[in-house]
Amino acid sequence: MTTREAAGDAPIVRIEGLHKRFGDNEVLRGIDLEIAEGEVVCLIGPSGSGKSTLLRCVNLLEEPTEGTITAAGHDMTGPDADLDAARCDIGMVFQHFNLFSHLSILDNVAIAQRRVRKTGRAEAEAEARRLLAQVGIEGKERARPSQLSGGQQQRVAIARALAMKPRLMLFDEPTSALDPELVGEVLSVMKGLAAEGMTMLVVTHEMAFAREVADRVLFLDGGVIVEQGPPAEVLTDPKTERARSFLHRVLHPVD
Amino acid sequence: MDTTATAPARRRMTPRQRRRLARGIQYAVVIAVVAVLAAVADWGRIAESFFQLDIAAAMFPAVWTSFWNTIVYTVLAFVFGMVVGVPIALMRVSSFAPYRWFATGYVEVFRGLPALLVLFLVGFGVPQAFPGIQYPGGVYGQVAIGLGLTSSAYIAESVRAGIQAVPKGQVEAARSLGMSHTRTMITVVLPQALRIVVPPLTNELVMLTKDSSLVFVLGVTTATMELSKFARNELTDSANATPLLVGGLLYLLLTIPLGLLARRLEHKGDAR
Ligand SMILES: Nc1ncnc2c1ncn2[C@@H]1O[C@H](COP(=O)(O)OP(=O)(O)OP(=O)(O)O)[C@@H](O)[C@H]1O
Ligand SMILES: [Mg+2]
Repeated sequence: MTTREAAGDAPIVRIEGLHKRFGDNEVLRGIDLEIAEGEVVCLIGPSGSGKSTLLRCVNLLEEPTEGTITAAGHDMTGPDADLDAARCDIGMVFQHFNLFSHLSILDNVAIAQRRVRKTGRAEAEAEARRLLAQVGIEGKERARPSQLSGGQQQRVAIARALAMKPRLMLFDEPTSALDPELVGEVLSVMKGLAAEGMTMLVVTHEMAFAREVADRVLFLDGGVIVEQGPPAEVLTDPKTERARSFLHRVLHPVD
Repeated sequence: MDTTATAPARRRMTPRQRRRLARGIQYAVVIAVVAVLAAVADWGRIAESFFQLDIAAAMFPAVWTSFWNTIVYTVLAFVFGMVVGVPIALMRVSSFAPYRWFATGYVEVFRGLPALLVLFLVGFGVPQAFPGIQYPGGVYGQVAIGLGLTSSAYIAESVRAGIQAVPKGQVEAARSLGMSHTRTMITVVLPQALRIVVPPLTNELVMLTKDSSLVFVLGVTTATMELSKFARNELTDSANATPLLVGGLLYLLLTIPLGLLARRLEHKGDAR
């Protein structure tokens, strides 16, 4: 664990001058972002604007082309960054859940504690059961991921990430792959997490969730943060034309 | 239906009639061939060559030793093939280029050489080049290595395909939990990859069962003889082909269940 001298006010995420290019395609064009401990930040923007790429840069699943990132007390872009240690402190939830298909639900949640933290089996499984109960999954410990509904799988995925006791959680469109009637159960787990004070960076198209839970909304377009502020401002009264037309399209898809 | 006056007569058949006619011709040809063979073949002679019950009975119980050796050689070569093949597969997908080069070369060489030649190399070439070399387990060690080298190249290719068939999201999930590259391979990728390659590996086991018949070139004793050699010796001794039939049936006793198993596992894979 890194020292947290100035834990009170030091931001848990600090991104400076972040650029990301895939070949000739510059997807992120200079991102500066700070997230305070306990803050919930929702990231919105049109498809292809670079939301996932930005999120994946935070835990270095994508390597930035330029710029510096510190997250959860780790210098992610430094010359001797220990990414494996850093990622233990940064949970990630994917659009398609990505549960380990060869493992039971219980093992999905317990495996990282056992193999990375080297926690004993009994202890890891007890913690896994507690987390599964927290996300509302009970009596499915022995099931395979494929036997669960999408909403259940995503809640297991959240429990799996929480098992490493992260200081920061990244969500990449956690409800986009779900049937509409299953979206609520996942969002309510996330709402619970936010209420407990978890720092969260969430890519989402769920505007109602952003409005209710986010402390701040970022609107990303063309690889830059075009607009940001409290949800009441950004979502109801956007200052830029780009944000206005995006929101209009999201909120009124048919006209 | 084409009823224009200019169309030739056979064109006027419906597709269905045409299919029936074709099917009828095929049956007629098969029946004719079987009838000719039955008439021409000297059935008494065939029965005499292949179905001598007393000769078959005389092979037992000695044949079980060679039957057992066939199984042992197959399993030893397969185990060697796995122990070498899986690391080679991992090297094939490594981000470290020299590993990839080595593994690619290894696979190309041992997939390209005849199994018989490799067996000769291990059995005679190596001992000649390195006098005093001792294979662990004598002929058993020679077979494990001699057949296993070829097998390991095929196994490596199957396992590599399996590794590449594991969805990228599985790796990303593991890495995002703080697992190292190696840890991810061991805990997430390999278990899933091996499940994917169970059917091709079962087929490899069938191939090895048959390739174990090459072991005779190493010069085997009664105790270390495998099934083909045993059947051939009996053939010579009795001047009769019945031992070949018995030996063949014993091979099928091993390979058919394996083939069925492979197919079952393949279908189980579909369901997932
Ligand atoms: N691994 C990659 N290789 C090449 N190009 C990529 C890669 N990942 C993303 N891109 C490109 O980067 C751009 C931004 O992608 P990104 O996934 O970050 O967008 P997004 O805002 O998350 O979109 P969506 O809402 O559709 O998920 C796209 O043009 C995409 O094609
Ligand atoms: Mg995305």
